[in-house]
Amino acid sequence: MPAVEETLDTVRDATQGAYKWGFETDIEMEFAPKGLNENIVRFISAKKGEPEWLLDWRLRAFEAWKGMEEPRWPSVTYPPIDYQDAFYYAAPKEKAGPKSLDEVDPELLRTYAKLGIPLREQAILAGVEGAGDVPAEGGRMPVAVDAVFDSVSVATTYRERLEKDGIIFCPISEAVHKHPELVRKYLGSVVPHTDNFFAALNSAVFTDGSFVYIPKGVRCPMELSTYFRINAKSTGQFERTLIIADEGSTVSYLEGCTAPQRDENQLHAAVVELVAMDDASIKYSTVQNWYPGDENGVGGIYNFVTKRAACRGKRSKVSWTQVETGSAITWKYPSCILQGDESVGEFYSVAITNNHQQADTGTKMIHLGKGTRSTIVSKGISAGHGQNTYRGLVRISPKATGARNFTQCDSLLIGDLCGAHTVPYIENRCMTAKTEHEATTSRIAEDQLFYCRQRGLSQEDAVGLIVNGFCREVLKELPMEFAVEAQKLLQISLEGSVG
Amino acid sequence: MLRIENLTAVIDGKEILKGITLEVPDGEVHAIMGPNGAGKSTLSYALAGREGYEITGGSVTLNGQDLLEMEPEERAAAGLFLAFQYPVELPGVGNANFLRTALNAIRRTRGEGELDAMQFLKVARARMKELSMPEDMLKRGVNVGFSGGEKKRNEVLQMALLQPKVAIMDETDSGLDIDALRIVADGVNALRGPGFSALVITHYQRLLNHIVPDRVHVLADGRIVTSGGPELAHRLEAEGYAGVLDEAA
Repeated sequence: MPAVEETLDTVRDATQGAYKWGFETDIEMEFAPKGLNENIVRFISAKKGEPEWLLDWRLRAFEAWKGMEEPRWPSVTYPPIDYQDAFYYAAPKEKAGPKSLDEVDPELLRTYAKLGIPLREQAILAGVEGAGDVPAEGGRMPVAVDAVFDSVSVATTYRERLEKDGIIFCPISEAVHKHPELVRKYLGSVVPHTDNFFAALNSAVFTDGSFVYIPKGVRCPMELSTYFRINAKSTGQFERTLIIADEGSTVSYLEGCTAPQRDENQLHAAVVELVAMDDASIKYSTVQNWYPGDENGVGGIYNFVTKRAACRGKRSKVSWTQVETGSAITWKYPSCILQGDESVGEFYSVAITNNHQQADTGTKMIHLGKGTRSTIVSKGISAGHGQNTYRGLVRISPKATGARNFTQCDSLLIGDLCGAHTVPYIENRCMTAKTEHEATTSRIAEDQLFYCRQRGLSQEDAVGLIVNGFCREVLKELPMEFAVEAQKLLQISLEGSVG
Repeated sequence: MLRIENLTAVIDGKEILKGITLEVPDGEVHAIMGPNGAGKSTLSYALAGREGYEITGGSVTLNGQDLLEMEPEERAAAGLFLAFQYPVELPGVGNANFLRTALNAIRRTRGEGELDAMQFLKVARARMKELSMPEDMLKRGVNVGFSGGEKKRNEVLQMALLQPKVAIMDETDSGLDIDALRIVADGVNALRGPGFSALVITHYQRLLNHIVPDRVHVLADGRIVTSGGPELAHRLEAEGYAGVLDEAA
């Protein structure tokens, strides 16, 4: 009976194979010695051939980090992390420096192909030059990809096409050499090297990540994306992303990430800094799919990330969209500092915790400029033993006259062993500003499931449909092709959560 | 042929169905009438396999297949459709998406190809026109903000798309004005044919003026107490349940 087989397959997937990106690539790697000390910081800096100022900056961050403590306020629990028991640099062994796609190790190309990430540029039709109209074969818009494998970027596609518009899209380690004036000016300008424990750690040992600069008045003609892959054992990933949108420019950027299935916990402590000048707009989307650990909570990535945007210019806009389905623990608060008058910050989030996953995530909207506006839509879904916390801060300074915020936090519970928590902070110091906060908590009702199943949907499909409906307001913010991926991911993440 | 034999069912430890025996041959429409609390809705949920409706005895087969062994979605795939008395709202789930997902799930199990969005829209629009449903109902959330009449028409639309072998209409007429009633009845009548049978559960004879049944059964206290032709419904309307039940006793 096929239906029975299907059910068995679903059960098998849910208990063993649900994480489809858990494979490991066998490739020769080069490591820094295990542990963390000043010499490791110097090792990484030397590996990248960095200028003195950057080494100094790293060392200052490292000094600061030594005197800092891990934040204890998030609603997450985990055993103490031994920062000496990890590698801080791991790179596939091959010639250093940027390289053309033809030179990339075929094993890496196979890895990314397996992950569904195109590292081959699709042929751009001859004669089509104008910005915004570069349909590749099959009519799909190409996506430029920077692929970061453990500690280094292994390939960046469509660079030449982007350079025609003056857009810089390259590994940050390369930008340090080629565009030192930009990197020096903006690195740490949004997230200082002493900002918090994990940001300080990242500043000391960051290895790679993406750098984007969109010049004045340029609308980036394609989606930019970075795909992060942790592969090596006992290795932390510390990437750093810096995106600068100059006056009147527009860019949409997406990051994705996966890791092999392992019994150990691995640390991912990234920093993302965005800078938007007058009338610039940055849309930053994340589909976070780090290995979440198994059904008993063994293994998985600790995703402790600092993401912040500075809306420096007037009428600038930054929109964060995140779909968080992976990681054993997620700790991140993509935020906006709304400095420019009438600047706009948005945060759209879906966070799923299944099995023993924990998430403490949300945003900070800091209103400094006049007439600044922010929108927060957070959808938390808890299943299994998952714990899901929305933590958000809306701060309106006395000078932010006419500022407005709207916040909506919805929680969906599946089963009776999970938890949902909402911790909103609102600090309004301005008489003319307005803030609104709405929150709901609900369950998937038995009658909804039965209704769907009576129409022929399997239990898993019914849950997927209802959850996707719950998240619709957020998913519609994603670039279209990624929205489809995200929907599938939501369903996979919840497999085995009902029944 | 839907064949129910000596079906007993318990909810929360209380026996609601006390031995129901009923046959609905292919191509026939049967009505089930009965006073409140007779077990009408319990019968429809038990047939569809809803959780919490514990079957304690008897059998149910559809064209020889044992329905009681199946999950609710397998029963749907086997050709059983339940039009809900209170259709459920699914916020954020587009009606078109829901209908297409359901239709494709059923088509898959029947070994038919799935319909893409364009093919589906073509089929759905044609059916909606027959049911006088405005097209924007495809774009709205499933049953969200629908009036009572719209919800019932949406049920009939689903039925028309899924083309079940047997449909159970659970008080589909409740809360409908006369125009909506006619539209719903037309929807059911349009499906009538040799490969389709229906079990129409209702309080009132009024629906049966529009969907003329082949047989009428009276359900009381968990049992079919009497059966007859369409004229039985008229008698019930004229004399009330009390008279008919006394006679049956």
